[in-house]
Formats: sequence, C-alpha cells, structure tokens
Amino acid sequence: MLASSATEILHLEPPRLVKHSPLLTATNINKRYDKVIALEDVHVELYPREVLGVVGESGSGKSTLLRMLNLEESPDSGEYHLEIAGYQNQNLFGLNRFERRQLRVKHIGIVYQNPHLGLRMRNSSSGNVAERLVIAGERNFSRLRAAAKRSLEVSEFPINRMDDPPKNLSGGMQQRVQLAKAIALKPALLLLDEPTTGLDVSVQALVLDTLRRLQRDLGIAMLVVSHDLGVIRTLSDRVMVMRHGRVVEQGLTDQVLEDPQHPYTQQLVHAKL
Amino acid sequence: MILEVNDLTKHFYLHQLERQVLAFSNLNFSLLSGEFLLVAGANGVGKSTLLRTLYRSYKASKGLAWYSSLHGGIDLVRAADVDIALLRQEELGFVTQFLRPRPRVSAVELVAEPLLFAGLETGLAEQKASAALEMFGLKSELWQAYPTTFSGGEQQKVNLARALIQPRRLLLLDEPTASLDANARTALRERLKQLKNDGVAMIGVLHHPEDASGLIDREIVLHSELPLDEGFLEPEQEMAYVA
Repeated sequence: MLASSATEILHLEPPRLVKHSPLLTATNINKRYDKVIALEDVHVELYPREVLGVVGESGSGKSTLLRMLNLEESPDSGEYHLEIAGYQNQNLFGLNRFERRQLRVKHIGIVYQNPHLGLRMRNSSSGNVAERLVIAGERNFSRLRAAAKRSLEVSEFPINRMDDPPKNLSGGMQQRVQLAKAIALKPALLLLDEPTTGLDVSVQALVLDTLRRLQRDLGIAMLVVSHDLGVIRTLSDRVMVMRHGRVVEQGLTDQVLEDPQHPYTQQLVHAKL
Repeated sequence: MILEVNDLTKHFYLHQLERQVLAFSNLNFSLLSGEFLLVAGANGVGKSTLLRTLYRSYKASKGLAWYSSLHGGIDLVRAADVDIALLRQEELGFVTQFLRPRPRVSAVELVAEPLLFAGLETGLAEQKASAALEMFGLKSELWQAYPTTFSGGEQQKVNLARALIQPRRLLLLDEPTASLDANARTALRERLKQLKNDGVAMIGVLHHPEDASGLIDREIVLHSELPLDEGFLEPEQEMAYVA
C-alpha cells in the first residue's frame, strides 16, 4: 500500500478517497472589461452541502464571479455546470435570457450586500418573498402568504413585521427578507455577496447564526463572498483567495487562515485585527 | 495499521521576511488502532505543528501520512480538501485547549452541533450534548449560556465535550488538559480510556503525561533542529503551493 502511495506523489491531482461529484463546476472563466482583467482562468467547484468562501480585496473579481454564477452576466469564455435535474451536461452560459431566469428562480438564491439590488423597497416584505413563488407559478393567495411566512420564519424575521416594506426596516432585517426570498423555493445553490457588511456587530452575529442554521438544516450549498475573514471562518468549509481576477490560493478554511502559503494570503491574514 | 508517517517535514514560508522556518523534518512513525502515541519534546520543537499537519490545518512540505480510512487508504498530506473535510466529519478528531465560541450559540448547542450536522434529531443531540457537558463537570446552569464569556477552564470543558461527542478513529490531542481542574482531568482520562478500548488511535501532546497515565503505549521525542535551510524561496517552491 505504501509503495503505491509513494508513486501517487508524482501526480499533481490529489488522489480521491470518495467519488462524489460537485454540485457546481465552473471552469476557465475569463472576463475582461476593455483592458481590465476582471477574471482570469478561474475554476470553481462546490460540493453538495458545502460552504465555499471567496475572499480578496475590492476589485479582486469576487463579486464579478458571483454575478457570473448567478447568470447575470456572461464571461468571455468558460463553462458553467450545475448537477441539477434538467440542466446536466450543458454549459449554462449558453442559456438564453428566459432560460437563465427560469434556472435562477428555481435553483439559485442570492443575497446582495445592497438590499436595493435584491428587494423592491416599497412593496411589503412578504410580497417580496412571494414574488419568487409567483414567478415559479404559484397563484393561490393564501398558499403564497403561508409560504412567504414560513420562509420569513426560517430566516428568523420577526413575523409581526412581515407586511412592512423593506424601506422601513433595519439593515439586518432587510438582509433577512433577502434571505427569505432567496430560500423560498429551497434552491440548490445560495450565493451570498458580503451578506453582513455594513451591519453592526450584534446584527452581524444574528445573520451569521441564521446562515449556519440554514446550511445545517436545509443542506443548501453556499458560496459566500466576503472580505471579512471572521465571516469566512464562521461560515465556510473551504476558501478561495482571489487577487487581480485570479485565484491565488485555495484550501480548507483553517489551513488557508492558519498556514497561508501565498504571499498575498499571508498579507491578508496578517492584516486581520 | 491506521496511520503510517514517512519522512514528514514541515516548513513555514514567511514571505514577508523572505525566509523559511523549519518546524520538524523527516519524521517517521506508525500507529495501530487503539494505540496511544505520546509526542514529547521541549517547547517549540513542533509538537502541536505535527498534530496540525496531520489534521491538515497546516500543509506538510514533504513526506507522507498514510491513513487507513473506512473509505480506503489515503495520504493525508495530499488528499483533496473535500476528502479531508469528510474525514474530519467522520473519522478524524482534533482536541485543543482552545474553544472557538461563536456569537449567540449556547454551550449545549455548540456541543450538539457535530451531531446535528451528522443528521441527528435536535432533541436527541441536545440530550447527548448535555450528558457530555455533565461528564466534564460544566455547571448545568451554564449549559444554555453563551461560552464567549466563560472562564478558560469552562470553555475547555465545552471544547472537550464537543470534540469527543462523535465517535472517531483517530484523535489528535493537543494539550487537552491544559486548563482543567482535577475532576475534569479524571473524567477526560476515563473517557479516553474507554475510547482506546473501543479501538480509537490517539496521538497526544501533553504537558503533564501523568494526565494520560495508563494510556500511553509509545512515545516519540522531537528535538529542535538548526534551521539549516533558511534562505530565500525558490520560485518553484513558492508556486508549488499556489492553487
């Protein structure tokens, strides 16, 4: 056994113990805006039930990557696959606008840093959540309202305020409405863009706690973009470090944060308060 | 054989100082199921680093750590991250003296969490978690409290309860008794004895080896080595760790 393992070392791909396939595979993603390279040769794999953190400074390409994975934008080149019934073996970047929207509504949830991007601020909170269900085909009012309420409850939103419009809510509550909307249809994939940035510390803890519970109880695979290493450490199993549109290092969260290999990651970790 | 370590070497690359620091080099040892290996040596010779390297919190620079898992044999040094994550969930345990409390998560919930992730129903998981906290002697009025403000010893009890709540095949013990009172030490020794009888292999770093009296089968002593290979990083060395 040892002899065979010794020869394994020569291979660059690590030997695999269990053959499970990723939920999400994105390969060779490249994107340029004129002369600026936003993403260069980015590979992402996300396994079922896993939380992958993406860290890096502003402008490193992490939010661009998230927009691509939410099919809001197309890369110059690259492939994107999700192991979801009906979508296997096709490059999702090849879908048309209508198909993209269908896929997004049913299978991908997203929480933006800025709630204005994800919510209609003047509609009621429950209406915001129900909107997703309506797009997915539900028409019965009482069923819609019950489903919206359930989703808001799961996100630990105070139910007595479910009819308030998000513009009257605090930042932490707005994030919960976004979260409730994102998980209303039990997506396979949840994308989180700086979900706690701009919230004060106690609210941040509440949102993080909710996210962990969701991940534990619903088993949704998540991709979390954040520049806050504390958030990443609390939530994610693995981390990808990005800089200038490239992935410079990736690994298990504790390994990347405690034994960073790349000079940039070392800088990043040492800069943490 | 549950674990066979060959030529295991760990350097830290400090890019800011443009040098590398050697933690340990060319370690060789093996471990059977139910065996307790004590890692001894002075401060700073890399005892904890060795445990962390085996758990993959640190990346080994060289060598092999062949682990026979229930899924098959694998080199812990080179295994894919997802496989290591799986092994940590199912087979590998790491017990430190430091708890990482999370805001707004109670002691009992923190201990029950590994069970909940493994799919156990909440009531049962919390029942088991309470039993574990009781075993290590954490006062029952603290079970629902948030450990962020606990004393070092109390946090340590929560930590032990959490780390030992799931059955493991290989336990890495990094000073698990450091800030414990005598009763908790005895409870820990009893628990470890029981696990050892069940066939759990353990590698321990202990300030007071008497805390594990009657458990230790073998001992390796680490010596500090001169940092012979200090110097500038070779570019390929640097690249080898880039994703």
